[in-house]
Amino acid sequence: MIALLLRDLKLAFRAGGGFGLGLAFFLIVTVMVPFAVGPQSSLLATIAAGVLWLGALLACLLSLDRLLALDWEDGSLDLLATAPLPLEAVVTVKALAHWLTTGLPLVLVAPILGVLLNLPAPGFFWLVISLLVGTPALSVIGTFGAALTVGLKRGGLLLSLLVLPLYVPTLIFGAEVARRGALGMETQTPLLMLAGITAATIALLPFASAAVLRINLR
Amino acid sequence: MSIAAKANALWEYANPRKFLATSERVLPFFWITSMFCIALGLVWGFFFTPDDYKQGSTVKIIYLHVPAALMAINCWLMMLVTSLIWLVRRHHVSALAARAAAPIGIVMTLIALVTGAIWGQPMWGTWWAWDPRLTSFLILFLFYLGYVALWEAIEDPDTAADLTSVLCLVGSVFAILSRYAVNFWNQGLHQGASVLRAGAVTGTDTEEKVSNIFFYPLLVCIIGFVLLFVALVLYRTGTEIRARRIKALLARERVGG
Repeated sequence: MIALLLRDLKLAFRAGGGFGLGLAFFLIVTVMVPFAVGPQSSLLATIAAGVLWLGALLACLLSLDRLLALDWEDGSLDLLATAPLPLEAVVTVKALAHWLTTGLPLVLVAPILGVLLNLPAPGFFWLVISLLVGTPALSVIGTFGAALTVGLKRGGLLLSLLVLPLYVPTLIFGAEVARRGALGMETQTPLLMLAGITAATIALLPFASAAVLRINLR
Repeated sequence: MSIAAKANALWEYANPRKFLATSERVLPFFWITSMFCIALGLVWGFFFTPDDYKQGSTVKIIYLHVPAALMAINCWLMMLVTSLIWLVRRHHVSALAARAAAPIGIVMTLIALVTGAIWGQPMWGTWWAWDPRLTSFLILFLFYLGYVALWEAIEDPDTAADLTSVLCLVGSVFAILSRYAVNFWNQGLHQGASVLRAGAVTGTDTEEKVSNIFFYPLLVCIIGFVLLFVALVLYRTGTEIRARRIKALLARERVGG
């Protein structure tokens, strides 16, 4: 499992792995928002938390179609499926690698982009916490979507259509934590709900992803 | 007949030939009664019930809105059940029924959304509000779209049936989750459940409820929509079975020729 994780990480970091593309996308979305809604700092402050969450979510989505498709194309997915490692573990590791290369960097740069959007001071802490808790769910749900569409040519757009509705609860609770935090309100309820979603998806969805992948590899 | 024997008899309809024969026999009944119920309910509702003292005649859109919304949700439930049956027992008719039901669900969701908007404009002063119920329906609509798109995208029918079934199961969980998340996210304009409530039956409910004058024609409309849905599903499933047969025949011809 660790070998697989290291392999995925190496592939992601090396040239052509697409590492950093998600970050650049996150940056550019955040920069485009003031152009679209106007530069008033009070307006930006009210929408900052939501925009950052949405940006992070879209950046996650962007990298999903590479998650399994590359392994599918060069045949290594078939080898992984016949390896002694259960397929459930493979997809979990894949999701973990995706989170480490996409989710975690997004969490780290989010506060910097928060400055650009004039996020209120108490919001920074809650933004980082909510992203830290919520992005693993995005990766795991995304892995399920990637497993569903892995055999399809031009599955990218379909992947977005399938995954975005599944992201709704995570986005609602995650953005709610950040928004409430920025306003100085209590954040315990949405944060617990967000953590619950993350824990449940990590525990259950790999089974669905593995089942779907088995069907696709048949 | 014992219960087990009856259950076995039910599974006989998983045989496409038996399914087609039976559905052809019962379809005229469903078409006629559903059309009769809808026509009766709509005429009764539109012309023979008084206008609401506050909402005027706009209230009458509930005769389309409520049954359509009800069927939009029940259609997804039906797809969930048939998906489960497909995954467990591998009956092709079951998977095809789920496939046949999805576009009907899309239309029902659209009817509910559009009639709701038409009603909302004079009543709430807006075509659309990010109210929990409205938002959940929009999300349900997106789930339907994704489901149908996945069916269309995959060529191998068995793979498509498997994948969409799993998507339906996972989607159901997330749809319910979204419903509660959306509730948490925004308090709404939409009234609560007011057609059927447990308390209303026993008389302990003192909250406002749809009056009986409106309730009976609405009930007829709901029955009509349910029958119409069953008829459409049976009809479309039959079409799917025949389309599958044509494909098989063509493939055999190609191999033979």
